[in-house]
Amino acid sequence: MNKRFTTVAAFFVAALLLAGCPSKPVKEPEPEPEPEPVAPPVSEVRTAAVPERGLPPEFNDPSNPLYQRVIYFDYDSSDILPQFIEVLRAHSLYLSTHPRANLVLEGHSDERGTREYNLALAEQRTHTVRRFMLAEGVAGKQLETLSYGEEKPAHPGHDEESWALNRRVELVY
Amino acid sequence: MKRFLLLLLLILLGLQATAQARLTIEIVGGAEGAQPIAVVPFRSDAGGAPVEDVAQVIAADLARTGRFKPMPGRDMLATPHTAEEVDLRDWRLQSMDNLVVGEVVRQSDGNYEVRFVLIDVFRGEQLANMTFRSHQAELRFTAHRIADTIYERLTGQPGVFTTRIAYVTSEWGVEGQRIVLRVSDADGHNPQTIVASKDPILSPAWSPDGRRLSYVSFEKRQIAIYVQELATGRRERVAAYKGINGSPAWSPDGSRLAMTLSRDGNPEIYVMDMASRSLTRLTDSIGIDTEPSWSPDGNHIIFTSGRGGNPQIYKIPATGGEATRVTFEHDYNGRASYAPDGRSMALVTRVNGQFRIGLLDQTTGVTRLLSNGGLDESPSFSPNGTMVIYATQHNGRGVLAAVSVDGRVSQRLSQDLGDVREPAWSPILR
Repeated sequence: MNKRFTTVAAFFVAALLLAGCPSKPVKEPEPEPEPEPVAPPVSEVRTAAVPERGLPPEFNDPSNPLYQRVIYFDYDSSDILPQFIEVLRAHSLYLSTHPRANLVLEGHSDERGTREYNLALAEQRTHTVRRFMLAEGVAGKQLETLSYGEEKPAHPGHDEESWALNRRVELVY
Repeated sequence: MKRFLLLLLLILLGLQATAQARLTIEIVGGAEGAQPIAVVPFRSDAGGAPVEDVAQVIAADLARTGRFKPMPGRDMLATPHTAEEVDLRDWRLQSMDNLVVGEVVRQSDGNYEVRFVLIDVFRGEQLANMTFRSHQAELRFTAHRIADTIYERLTGQPGVFTTRIAYVTSEWGVEGQRIVLRVSDADGHNPQTIVASKDPILSPAWSPDGRRLSYVSFEKRQIAIYVQELATGRRERVAAYKGINGSPAWSPDGSRLAMTLSRDGNPEIYVMDMASRSLTRLTDSIGIDTEPSWSPDGNHIIFTSGRGGNPQIYKIPATGGEATRVTFEHDYNGRASYAPDGRSMALVTRVNGQFRIGLLDQTTGVTRLLSNGGLDESPSFSPNGTMVIYATQHNGRGVLAAVSVDGRVSQRLSQDLGDVREPAWSPILR
């Protein structure tokens, strides 16, 4: 059968199903999908300006340092760059004054080098951020770290610009 | 109506999936000095049923190794199917070294008998004369078995056409990204889904008996090591400690699994005894230690370590002890694994900022480059040691490539859509 036809037909049927038939979802046996939303478009990731529901208004105010929830790293390095100190201090202050707030530090690397080594490198990035925040007075139980290595790039390109945007720690409240 | 639409949707999506999922192989590097061989189209007594072109599968298998150059069918002066029908002069005239003839005969029970004869044209000797019984659905596999036999008789090494390849694909669909761990035949046919997820999957590793795969999956925001039995799909989470659970690698006897855990704060190499699930920690350094791989005799483990400032390969006894540095060329070496004979290792190495696949000769200490991309990674030896499969980029997409260790032939394996990566070549399956 013509592939284009099957694509079109599949979408058509899918649309019909979605429109008219609120039915049990069609699924193959696979791990439970987590409720995490699909990654936002690249332009949003670039500026880290993804408004999050349920967060206090200062998090959505571009003039507030809490608005920035991604920090970037140099190649093959987990050192915190000076330009991100203020941002991390602001988040540390927020956490230490809101002891019930929790933060997941998600570590990422660029695609250069081997995958498992990058997993370790991205974890080291989360650890340096964690140590910084602990020193700033955040309680250890408020912080969790998770390394994705090079597996979840923010930018899909294979060039310096993309790599710089992918070497990051995301602060996920 | 609803049920009908659902069914139709499933069928259509199924068609889509099979159309996209298969890996296609393209030979991209030529082979000088390949042996001429003629594989005559087999006589097929199929009783009208469509039958796999056995001779074509055999010829394609042999051609992919770079060691053989099958004769195009149109150049053949005769098309014999049994040893009796062969007139050696037809083939000597065209300087064929070897000749394969055969037939596929349907039996009364609906199964098939596949007979073939391998003939040394110059000596006029039969090198193999065998009959395989095969179910219709297994005819392609039977063709691979015949190719294995031919390869072994002519080169003295086992063929790997009946082996399989595990790999990870990443596709974007209506529901977002879909990461799938698949296993296909060595020629890219018969892809089967092992596990599918919205979250990353990496580092598939075959158990030495080829019956289980270990892999790393990020399901439910927890990075964990799984072991899955292929025949049943049954799986078990064997490591889900705090931090990284990565880089599973089976010991050659299958009793232990080496892995990277950062549960004590820093990524270190551990060995898990699979019967008792007890862990032994092998390394203790302030740098990153990861990507363990066993020596073929099981006595030691090689791994990547950043302890010296940049990633290099080190070696440590499998029971623990002093680690010694193995690589000294280039400023980045990682993901090393031994050739089956233990004499060399494949690794990822950085040369002038480009990540390439290297082959490190243990006796000379010299690394020879096997690939020429910029982001090449995840090398895996074929179980007979003649080829290395790895992940690379082509036109901005992730594809697999396989190269013979003598550098004579290379091929590209890609999927219609999406990226392919993390190849792992199976052991020889018995």
